[in-house]
Amino acid sequence: MNEVIREFLLETHENLTQLDADLLTLEKDPAHREALASVFRTLHSVKGTAGFVGLVKLQAVAHSAESLLSRLRAGELAFNREIATVLLGVVDSIREVLRAVEGDGSEGSGDYTALIGHLDRLRESPGATAAMPAPASNPVPPSASSPKPLPVVPPSPTVATSAITSVNVVSPTLTLPPKLFPPDSSTETRTSVVSDTSLRVDVRLLDKLMTLVGELVLARNQIMQFGTYQEDTAFHGTVQQLNLLTTELQTNVMKTRMQPIGNVWNKFPRVVRDLSVACGKQVRFEMDGQETELDKTIIEAIRDPLTHLVRNAVDHGIETPDVRMASGKSAEGRLLLHAFHEGGKVLIEIADDGGGIDPQRVREKAVRSNVVAADEAARMSERELINLVFLPGFSTTEKVTHFSGRGVGMDVVRTNIEKIGGTVDIESQLGRGTTVRMKIPLTLAIIPALTVTSGGERYCIPQVNLLELLRLEGEKAAHGIESMHGAPVYRRRGHLLPVAYLTDLLGIASNRIASAEVNIVVLQADDRQFGLVVDAIHDTEEIVVKPLQKQLKGIAVFAGATIMGDGRVALILDVLGLAQRAHVVSGVRGRALAEKSPEGTEGAAVERESLLLFATADGGRMAIPLALVARLEEFPQSVLERAGSREVVQYRGEILTLLDVCQELRRLASNRNGESPTERNWQRAGSTPSEGNSQVVVYAGSEPRVGFVVGSILDIVEEEVTVRSRANRPGVLFTAVVQGRVTEFLNVDALIQAAALELAPAP
Amino acid sequence: MADEHQYCTFYLRDLYFGLDVLKVQEIISYQEMTRVPLASPVVRGLINLRGQIVTALDLRRRLELPDRSPDQLPVNIVVQTDDGAVSLLVDEIGDVLSVSEGDFERPPETLQGIARELILGAYKLDGRLLLILDAGRTVNLANH
Repeated sequence: MNEVIREFLLETHENLTQLDADLLTLEKDPAHREALASVFRTLHSVKGTAGFVGLVKLQAVAHSAESLLSRLRAGELAFNREIATVLLGVVDSIREVLRAVEGDGSEGSGDYTALIGHLDRLRESPGATAAMPAPASNPVPPSASSPKPLPVVPPSPTVATSAITSVNVVSPTLTLPPKLFPPDSSTETRTSVVSDTSLRVDVRLLDKLMTLVGELVLARNQIMQFGTYQEDTAFHGTVQQLNLLTTELQTNVMKTRMQPIGNVWNKFPRVVRDLSVACGKQVRFEMDGQETELDKTIIEAIRDPLTHLVRNAVDHGIETPDVRMASGKSAEGRLLLHAFHEGGKVLIEIADDGGGIDPQRVREKAVRSNVVAADEAARMSERELINLVFLPGFSTTEKVTHFSGRGVGMDVVRTNIEKIGGTVDIESQLGRGTTVRMKIPLTLAIIPALTVTSGGERYCIPQVNLLELLRLEGEKAAHGIESMHGAPVYRRRGHLLPVAYLTDLLGIASNRIASAEVNIVVLQADDRQFGLVVDAIHDTEEIVVKPLQKQLKGIAVFAGATIMGDGRVALILDVLGLAQRAHVVSGVRGRALAEKSPEGTEGAAVERESLLLFATADGGRMAIPLALVARLEEFPQSVLERAGSREVVQYRGEILTLLDVCQELRRLASNRNGESPTERNWQRAGSTPSEGNSQVVVYAGSEPRVGFVVGSILDIVEEEVTVRSRANRPGVLFTAVVQGRVTEFLNVDALIQAAALELAPAP
Repeated sequence: MADEHQYCTFYLRDLYFGLDVLKVQEIISYQEMTRVPLASPVVRGLINLRGQIVTALDLRRRLELPDRSPDQLPVNIVVQTDDGAVSLLVDEIGDVLSVSEGDFERPPETLQGIARELILGAYKLDGRLLLILDAGRTVNLANH
């Protein structure tokens, strides 16, 4: 296909959309002169180029249409519905011819003589309204309604969402504010109305510019670093100047690649209309935030997922009018596309007020198709269940789609969104509708990232995954990270945060000094959080993401590489990849311990078992079988309340009675000796790592539940308990050696029974 | 001349190798590298080549030869591949040699293992053999 035809196709495709819109405007408002002028200009330019490139049929059709339009423009005819229909027919036939040209270069086999005849008949008709004789010499007579020639707004360039695949190296015309145009007095010039304010630029050139700016940013960073060793103020001034200019240049070059999201959306009204007609549904389609801008590559990446979601919403989400009426809704369904900026990202919502997703049926289906285990599914929240539709294998089954409303290809939607660093999430209320929410980064090429060091190398962590930075010093550094059966965890504001060491994940030696402070970078991967322990944390800077070569493609923990200010290369960590390697993310599961633990019995009976080791407030070392532990919690003093002689805490919708192990053991001992129970005199051991907070072991076995207050959690170990001796005080089962130290095994039942005498019977 | 070929030559231990000179972009001295954890041991690291990030492969390891001593700094031969530039770390650089096609011979059956995959053949020079590497296969670690 030669260049002229290619250009012609591209331009005409853009113009046709505008033509449709203009004709519809005219149908509503026949006196709309701007629209008329725009239609005239477009058809004129189609005619001109068609003749130039030898498309005879197209030229003939455009010519007849143009003749009719010139009479309309002269005011000799009034625009009416019939004319609109015929002119819309012209637009359709132009499309038809263009398609044929794209296909095989010919004009196709269409016969347009009837159309041309119709156009000519209309032109010859005396006109529905009293035709005013127009002076032939003046093609644009000033009409009463427009005392001076009206400026013409050029058709806003629309993106070629067209099927011209062969020309997609040419970028759609960049949208610039439409400039007012002088009245279209001459019909001779081949009017390219946008050429004054915008240029067509090859995307490869923009990409090249982007790369160069990336290099410039790096050079700037290097110079700035170099500048810190210089005393010369003049040099500093120049460096500052360079810094500002580079930043501005970078911003503007990035802007050249920005496009309004409306460019993807503008085909949706048609998609929705056609699909709703085909499904026999009534859908009111609304869009909000079309002007929200995104990088071109991202716009392209979200085009398919968005189309898919919009189709899904009409096809499965919104019900047929009778069903809607029956459930008390208006016959017309509502579909809303909404885009807006939030925190350096773009949020896109696709919301419908349709039938929603039934979590129970998703659960059934998920279990039946072995996507999740039955017990797992039983524990999942509605939200988790609904988000199961994103799992591959789940979505491809027909059955799911027709009941759940959403399915086919949802995993593909998620994969595509995640590929560009976005996230997607569904919220649905049965009978009320479904909202799919996407979070998309603005651009991919240059991102803010945190630099860290581990094992002597620097690594960059994209800022988007970053939640917070924690630094443990002194005592905390030594004991802050605890071991839960070998899995390191950190208590962050009362919750256990799984922790992974970057050096372990990467299989490299750490340079960390054992006593030094511990740096934890808290990261978000999918919907999970985890802490990454690194040797040192540096600052945040803008980095230019470069892809890794194929020799390194298979390593999931790296997202790419970048060149740092000092010219050396640093690897960019892929947080999701890290999380998978650390087993933080691997399917859906709860955090509770008890549900995973094997059936537990009294410690003595089991040979090798998992034990929770803890210190009592008076410094004793005790153990209970891990199987008896539901959870480990940490409560601040402020939430502890009193009920009778004991402390209680509101916990997960119930009242959890707290038994202080130290206290209860003393109580038991004094009961046996016939003494009256001693007044509580809590003394916390001075060495408790979390000052003021109560470390509580929630017991799994009793009803109502109780929590044991301990001094501190020491460790979780799996050990064969061999050396043991008889207990020497009540409340203790036996004494054994665990981890080389004498440890008392708490008789949980004895403590609870003793306490139960005083506890109110469960209601 | 049509039957003459130019090769960029280099040494690995006592072996004499050649790479098609048209594939070689440049020779640079040893650079500080950024290690890539979890990568194949052949990958020694990443270097910054004028703003371009280039993967450096150790040709000794690629050919399953023993590592050079730590004090012996290798040299980078940067070769062009479909996937951008890749650096090959070698012991020492030789001359660019023009050799005549008539002296080329394909490897015998007795050449086994990884060498058979990567060595296209040898030119019989005076007193020694110039082993010709397949640049494309050498940088492809897919089956490694």
